[in-house]
Amino acid sequence: MQDRKKDSHNAARREFVRTGLGVAGGLALPYALVSQAFAAEQHPPIGTWPAGASGDSVFIGIAVPRTGTYAVQGEDELKGWQLAVEHINEGNPLIRKISPRTKKGVLGKQLKIGVADSAAKPNDAVQAQQRFITENKAILMTGSTSSAVAVALNKLAQREKVLYVTGISGSNDTTGKDCVRYGFRQNFYGQTAAAAIGPVIVKAYGKNKKAAYLTPDYTYGHTVTKSCQDYLAGAGWTTATNQVAPLGAPDYSSYLLNVANSGADVLINVNWGHDAVLSTQQAKQFGILDKMKLVIPYQIPFLAREAGPDLTQGVYAATDFWWTLEDKFPLAKMFVEAFDKKFGYKPEWGANNAYMSFALWAEAVENAGSFYPPDVIKSYEAGRKIQSTVGEVYFRKEDHQLVRPVIIVQGKKPSEMKNKEDFWSVLEIVPGAPLMQKPDAFGCNLGDYT
Amino acid sequence: MVTWPNFVSQLFNGLALGALLALISSGLTIIYGTLGVLNLAHGAMFMLGGYAGFAAYQATGSFTVAVIAGTLALLVVGMAMERIVIRHFYKRPHEDQLLVTFGLAIVFVELVRLVFSSQSQVVPPPRLFAGITNLGFMFYPTYRLAVVGIVAVALLALFLVLYRTRLGLIVRAGIEDSVMVDSLGINVDRVFMVVFGIGAMAAGFAGIVNAPVVSLTPEVGEAILVQAFVVVVIGGVGSFPGAILGGLIAGEIISLTSMVNPGYAYVMLFAAMTLVLMLRPYGLLGVRGRE
Repeated sequence: MQDRKKDSHNAARREFVRTGLGVAGGLALPYALVSQAFAAEQHPPIGTWPAGASGDSVFIGIAVPRTGTYAVQGEDELKGWQLAVEHINEGNPLIRKISPRTKKGVLGKQLKIGVADSAAKPNDAVQAQQRFITENKAILMTGSTSSAVAVALNKLAQREKVLYVTGISGSNDTTGKDCVRYGFRQNFYGQTAAAAIGPVIVKAYGKNKKAAYLTPDYTYGHTVTKSCQDYLAGAGWTTATNQVAPLGAPDYSSYLLNVANSGADVLINVNWGHDAVLSTQQAKQFGILDKMKLVIPYQIPFLAREAGPDLTQGVYAATDFWWTLEDKFPLAKMFVEAFDKKFGYKPEWGANNAYMSFALWAEAVENAGSFYPPDVIKSYEAGRKIQSTVGEVYFRKEDHQLVRPVIIVQGKKPSEMKNKEDFWSVLEIVPGAPLMQKPDAFGCNLGDYT
Repeated sequence: MVTWPNFVSQLFNGLALGALLALISSGLTIIYGTLGVLNLAHGAMFMLGGYAGFAAYQATGSFTVAVIAGTLALLVVGMAMERIVIRHFYKRPHEDQLLVTFGLAIVFVELVRLVFSSQSQVVPPPRLFAGITNLGFMFYPTYRLAVVGIVAVALLALFLVLYRTRLGLIVRAGIEDSVMVDSLGINVDRVFMVVFGIGAMAAGFAGIVNAPVVSLTPEVGEAILVQAFVVVVIGGVGSFPGAILGGLIAGEIISLTSMVNPGYAYVMLFAAMTLVLMLRPYGLLGVRGRE
């Protein structure tokens, strides 16, 4: 079976080379084509390569929460990936601005996706991806709306030697102590969120304030809260209380009573997904938002839509993308228009992150000229400046974190909203590089290529 | 953060949480006690009650109509579920009953997701109970105060049905010895249908009453189901007073532990359940030998 597959693969390759030579009329083939055609001979098989890249399409496994606390955000991400696949396969102008070498598909191969519900649970996500690797020879994995999932899939990616691009993941650990050679992150994270929003809230609320934190009890929550505490300590802020709650807590009343009795000036809500909606609504019910200022260091897609602008007005938040950036960035405009046309609403940052993560992968593969994972990784690590929906970005080779701006937004009053989706105004676009820690500060050790 | 005002606040909050848990758990315990079916769809009933009420609220703008609609809808859903599905599982092993009710729960949750999406839906409290009340030692949402009263009335009504009516007599007799009740020539079939309906109705009522507190999502019943099971185990399977006592104990454990260390609130709840199972396996108010 193995031999027959190899034979047919070799036959296909010979035919491909022959045809290619014929068409080229004896002229030298472009380097990329040759290197792809002969890659199989130069490298031993690794992960799902070359099996996963031998047909006329390649498969991408997506494990995203469609149920549970992060379901709403997961659906939004999924739409971003779907749009990216559609754009890559048809060679849409937006993709070609990000990845100029893209024609149709990736290296001429169409992208196919498989989708599994992870419910934001690491075990479910790993099982689904393991299946995509074994049964579909997935050449790329993605998905996560929880950093616990991102960290688990990072480990799977490194073990199986299959590339993984994170979905939403805000933990410092994802490209910090749990970073891997086979994992890449597009979006902002605790450290950059805190460093970007810190000056804004110190300026707005003053020095030497007391903060109460609502923290979800896993890697994302702990690292984001820690980054905020560390930054704000520099301005004399102290922590009045840190209320750590499990993911999907059914009620926040007891945590909120502790917050109400803590004497804090500012409530920093690190909760995410429906947890953030519920805890913010209940904070309002308990009268806490009348006494304390609310800050959302790591913005939650759909929070304003679900909780309502009455709750988010005046609130400062750090985010990855907000659709009104279309006024500043032409690529953002193209993205927002295409997304709105296909899905009927303005994309939230999860969808933008998903779209960009695939576009950046396509760019890396096209530049590598091969799906051979170590070549793709080195292509990512080359640090090329790439055009994105938030301006020029590049990957940091030491920890595989995208260097990208963080967007500071403030919730609009209902009376200021120009349309029903105009929830946030963009205050600042903070350049990414100065916000980031030194590459080794969070203990990143990427591991091997092979 | 253990301070006197915080302790009093949490003690009171525990009561409010416990009252709601008591109501949900009473439905679960009555169904299990009478029918011997462990209903894993009970959380979904709670959720359905909330959404049925939400739909009624959308249509009429009246919270009272929402509560009535949520409650009656679940009485009907419960009776239909018993007649169409559950009835065929009385004589089958417990594992089958667990699987079928678990499956029904998934179906209900995904149907609701299909219609209402995963985005949370808000049912505002009635104007009478909107806002915040100053209790002197703390500020507390007025509606949560009202919930304590509403639940107390509902539990009293359930108590009267169970302890002052002929139906209640049969139900309680059924909990003790259903074979004997059957032999006495009572139409157990119809009683079972009504009991299942009442149990579902209690969950549905709790669901819509709880809606302004939590905002609805299709998953709102899942976490509640786990807590309701803990309450039933602590209070004693099949015991109505046990469900109330268990509910209050669970509410206080969650609230008071979170004052010391919120990360351990739910751990302590399960620790308490373990302790009860070790010392009094049939629950605090349960009776030895009941199924």
